Amino acid sequence: MSTVELPFPGLQGVPTTDEKQTGKDFTSDQEVRWCPGCGDYAVLKAVQNFLPELSIKRENVVFISGIGCSSRFPYYLDTYGMHSIHGRAPSIATGLATAREDLSVFVVTGDGDALSIGGNHLIHALRRNVNMTILLFNNRIYGLTKGQYSPTSETGKVTKSTPMGSLDHPFNPVSLALGAEGSFVARTIDSDRKHLTSVLSAAAAHRGTSFVEIYQNCPIFNDGAFDAIKNPDTKADAIIPLVHGEPITFGARDETTGLGDKALVRAASGGVEVVPIASVAADQVLVHDAHNPDPSTAFAISRLTDSGYLNQSPIGIFRQVERPAYDDQARDQIRLASQAATTPATERLAGLINGGDTWTVV
Amino acid sequence: MAKQVRQLDRVIIRFAGDSGDGMQLTGDRFTQESAAFGNDLVTLPNFPAEIRAPQGTIPGVSSFQVHFADHDILTAGDSPDVLVAMNPAALKANLGDLNKGAAIIVDTHDFTARNLTKAGYAENPLEDDSLAEFDLHKVDLTGMTVEAVKEFGLSRKDAARAKNMFALGLLSWMYGRPTETTVEFLSKKFAKVPDIRDANITAFKMGWNFGETTETFIVQYEVKPAAMPPGVYRNISGNLALAYGLVAASVQSGLPVFLGSYPITPASDILHELSKHKSFGVTTFQAEDEIAGVGAAIGASFAGHLGVTTTSGPGIALKGEAIGLAVMTELPLLVVNVQRGGPSTGLPTKTEQSDLLQAMFGRNGEAPVPIVAPQSPGDCFNAAVEAARIAITYRTPVMLLSDGYLANGSEPWSIPDVADLPVIEPNFATADDLAEGEEFAPYKRDEATLARPWAIPGTPGLEHRIGGLEKGAGHGNISYDPANHDLMVRTRQAKVDAIADSLPPLEVDDPSGAAKVLVIGWGSTYGPIGAGIRRVRKAGYHVAQVHLRHLNPFPKDLGDILARYDKVLVPEMNLGQLSLLLRGKYLVDAIGYNQVRGLPLKAAELAGVIGDLVSEAEGIEVDLTPVPQEASK
Repeated sequence: MSTVELPFPGLQGVPTTDEKQTGKDFTSDQEVRWCPGCGDYAVLKAVQNFLPELSIKRENVVFISGIGCSSRFPYYLDTYGMHSIHGRAPSIATGLATAREDLSVFVVTGDGDALSIGGNHLIHALRRNVNMTILLFNNRIYGLTKGQYSPTSETGKVTKSTPMGSLDHPFNPVSLALGAEGSFVARTIDSDRKHLTSVLSAAAAHRGTSFVEIYQNCPIFNDGAFDAIKNPDTKADAIIPLVHGEPITFGARDETTGLGDKALVRAASGGVEVVPIASVAADQVLVHDAHNPDPSTAFAISRLTDSGYLNQSPIGIFRQVERPAYDDQARDQIRLASQAATTPATERLAGLINGGDTWTVV
Repeated sequence: MAKQVRQLDRVIIRFAGDSGDGMQLTGDRFTQESAAFGNDLVTLPNFPAEIRAPQGTIPGVSSFQVHFADHDILTAGDSPDVLVAMNPAALKANLGDLNKGAAIIVDTHDFTARNLTKAGYAENPLEDDSLAEFDLHKVDLTGMTVEAVKEFGLSRKDAARAKNMFALGLLSWMYGRPTETTVEFLSKKFAKVPDIRDANITAFKMGWNFGETTETFIVQYEVKPAAMPPGVYRNISGNLALAYGLVAASVQSGLPVFLGSYPITPASDILHELSKHKSFGVTTFQAEDEIAGVGAAIGASFAGHLGVTTTSGPGIALKGEAIGLAVMTELPLLVVNVQRGGPSTGLPTKTEQSDLLQAMFGRNGEAPVPIVAPQSPGDCFNAAVEAARIAITYRTPVMLLSDGYLANGSEPWSIPDVADLPVIEPNFATADDLAEGEEFAPYKRDEATLARPWAIPGTPGLEHRIGGLEKGAGHGNISYDPANHDLMVRTRQAKVDAIADSLPPLEVDDPSGAAKVLVIGWGSTYGPIGAGIRRVRKAGYHVAQVHLRHLNPFPKDLGDILARYDKVLVPEMNLGQLSLLLRGKYLVDAIGYNQVRGLPLKAAELAGVIGDLVSEAEGIEVDLTPVPQEASK
């Protein structure tokens, strides 16, 4: 999916290596301790195998996570890493990425970590556009605390803490990220290794904050939450694939045109809507433009996500636009201010503290 | 008319007015003039939390007190000799602090029926004899200012705003202050608005001339320069000194400062100041909240920068979990708490030292954090360098406890020689530290300091994972082993305790060696305690003083020192937090003297308390009237 050549803009400043690296080089000696069947395994494998493709030095890769099942992720990668505190990974990653241009920074978080306790840091990282890649593992449940509803659980969900059904209206993570003016916003699925890898690659290529929501199944506390989009019988009608520059269609594929039997068109309301492709002229079908500076259409598409049983969900890169990255600009200010500072630091320090109105006592 | 000149050894002036009247600026200029003149001085700004509280009301009163002397002084003074009151509310709010005979200069212009009502005066105090016991000077400051600046064609409101400079001119004449620096300052400050610049300079000069010619004031006072140790001096506030100390720590360690901070009174000025020093490689990150501020600082520390976060007590409450993460990950981190009145939002603009126990214990688990406290505005510089030394050397978060009084108060500061500052070695780990075939162990410790290696991302061969979960000793992988946890908890504590090995012996101020009473304090009470002790000594009694810079760990000789005295007095601006720690650790019967008024302790009150203890300890009558020479009574 990515057409960007190496080295990626997102990795500029990160030292590269000619050495052949494999997934094994990125695998730590720690035993992986997720439940059998957890979607996290698939994502871990995909990440371990995708990292060598970047051709960057392993010691310059840092994974920062918060708290939750997915946040154990850094322990299983043989890179630098920090398993931090609940919800705060984006803030720690912001300091790290701003301090060091030569690091490739990833944040691993979950729906509770990123959208509940850490919601504030997520939206501010996105608006600042700090150069990092945020992987949000969305299993729509609290796993590590054993099964309470999460901010992406459907309304009415019966859990340990909501015996009569949850009352909360769920977040749509992609809508939230677009609302925060994220410059790269995508969604992918744990079980689709090929799509997952291509999105990760595009996310790493992007300079600024890349936000990737990964639908991830929790077989213990929320099994089947993504059945509609995973079941071979239903997934063609459930997944709305987004590919930049291509008409957005889904459903049963026409062998000759390659288009689905359902299409997205502009709605009279100003948003977008799904119609049978046969009911509209070909030029009325919406062509996906991830590079559109105006996020309105991407937002409208994100609203097609059915947040109940997930009967329907757009998958792919919703938005990918260029916007100055906070950390680049912060370092530029320091470089600019430092240009005139040619004398040794100790001399300049003496000048600083001797500034202002001074007097001498002899 | 011939004016008299009278010699004084020290004077306390308080400028008070509405929060829009420019009293802080007026006080600051008078301070700079006095500093340039060579007096020793201490200042105490006092202002409301509201930016513009309702005009003319008591909650809206802002004041600035400056104490200047021909000798070394320690406090901003208990009671002003001169009160400048720009309106009835300023008079009413401050009158209670004056002793009989104090001079009061009022701006009669603002004593209107409306303003009198707002201040809660039923009668005009200038017209009855309620102020009879004071030396009252009624001056139409506003009226004369407006008249003086007529030629500049300003609106009446703008013209009247220069009244603070008229008052400054008058006081500058009265105490023979040099005027050049103020004229220069006004020229620069208002360079872009020539009319306002000229009006202010004119008002300032007219104030001086008024003093010289009027019959209202017949005495001019002279306070000679103080004999200070040789050196180059400047006047400095605590927040500025602290910011400079952080830059110095960066230069001396070679680590760029990364400040993650969220604006909060009274700490914001450190953020403002550091944001100006990008040429030193300082990054300032104004975070979305207090937690993100410390989070980003921890991220920067992991990256090999000097991570710093600045805040006040409410911010520390929010940062607690993240500070615990820094304890667990054993990363260097400076946490600056400019304390203010609490709990909750409390008294944002007033001082207090009630966050000591929060600094000690305000985290979950056994999470020891070293604590360093400055004792005066200028000392904030050294305290910041010392806090950085501990953080970097021992790989630990360090709490630097300043307070509102230190932050905004100022004093002459003997500017240190950069060559005398300590060099701080970060000693980053590299693969060269490993023996052939040895695997990197992120929790293997230095034998002396118990510090773990600081291996920053980008270092080949030292890839490792840290985090908030308990780590196995040495290898640093997650460990739930009971014995390991017990070992790690004790090791983290032992590491902080080991800092005491690097501390110099305490300085005990006990000139006669005959004292039975020891006064021990920490932080900004240094000045008032010292001034109280001087009074007791001047009256001929013995008393010893120790002031703590390190609150955790305590210096090793503290226990022995405490045991040498019959009575240990602990004055604090809280309800006895250091007392509790001393009692707990040393089983000493620490006697508290505790005030939480949002203001510095008063030297006179302290002297009385010390005197009572001396009386009790020595079984004698104590009379605090000064005696000619320091002969024992």
